[in-house]
Amino acid sequence: MSKFKKKKGGELPPVNTASLPDIVFMLLFFFMVATVLRKNDLKVLNQLPPANQVEKLDKQRTVFVFIGKPGPNYKGKSREAIVQIGDRIVDVSEVKSAVLQEVQTKLDENLQSSAIVALKIDKNAEAGLVYDVKQELREANLPKIVFITTNGESVE
Amino acid sequence: MAKRSAPEINAGSMADIAFLLLIFFLVTTTIDKDKGLVRQLPPPLDDEIVPPIIKEKNLFVVLVNANNDLLVEDEPMELKDLRQAAKDFLDNGGIPAGQEGYCDYCQGSRSPSSSDNPDKAIISMSSARKTDYTTYIAVQNELGAAYNELRDRESQRLFGWKYTEVKAAIAAGNYEGNEEKAKEKLKEVRALIPFKLSEAEPQSN
Repeated sequence: MSKFKKKKGGELPPVNTASLPDIVFMLLFFFMVATVLRKNDLKVLNQLPPANQVEKLDKQRTVFVFIGKPGPNYKGKSREAIVQIGDRIVDVSEVKSAVLQEVQTKLDENLQSSAIVALKIDKNAEAGLVYDVKQELREANLPKIVFITTNGESVE
Repeated sequence: MAKRSAPEINAGSMADIAFLLLIFFLVTTTIDKDKGLVRQLPPPLDDEIVPPIIKEKNLFVVLVNANNDLLVEDEPMELKDLRQAAKDFLDNGGIPAGQEGYCDYCQGSRSPSSSDNPDKAIISMSSARKTDYTTYIAVQNELGAAYNELRDRESQRLFGWKYTEVKAAIAAGNYEGNEEKAKEKLKEVRALIPFKLSEAEPQSN
């Protein structure tokens, strides 16, 4: 009967972890490829509203304009919604020159003529300020704009 | 002398190092997902150009006040009804058959007091300065949806596919078939239902 005796100890054999580094490396490479390091240091609150009739954005010819109430990174005095272009806060009347400068420094030369302005506007901003910024963009001859939104239903 | 084999490097900590890097990239990753409503601004103001006269019936006026309420063609309206109202207006086709500008693909009620044809029909939106951006975007979204749905209907009728789907496929670069031809067809559909959404200066109240 000793044939059927259990082997001594009867402990579970340890799980082989030799392939663990490979798995982790695979994940690592995925995230390395998918990573875009944040270039803009946001100084405004930026919670985007939902919409569903959206189109994809062509990143290569896009400059960003942020609008919203001052966030924790903002050091100034203003309590009202402010406009951020690139890394700096600009006054509404300076939007035109700031955007044009941004287009010239950030975009590829042959894409500058077809630049798109992406507006990332906080959902609690007011339509009046948005209109003022749009007028500035109109003056700057940058007619193509995109209101960046999150994906979702806008009608309850 | 006996040959000594080279000592193996201990790879036990490899996983730890990889984990450390992995966690760094996990934290810094923001997966790109920027999408939005595309709009075209009018050219800069020119005083010499006299604005064309637009018949009142070809104008669909959408007003939003500071409390985010909608007034559409002088009637209060819920946001959820806006899309259908805009579609009805664009699709009306008021010019009777046989006359110039008759819209043979319109399926609307052909009321003489609403728009002549989709080419003449203009939606005018204006908001108050204090209107919430969320509401502003919701209204823009609904009006855009009205155009998109009509374009989908027309492309379905003419070519058997949906305008928005093909457009998205071309933009994403995974359209199967002749891209140039498809672009031509998209253009045709756009000519049938041109996007005419104008925005007036917000009122200060």
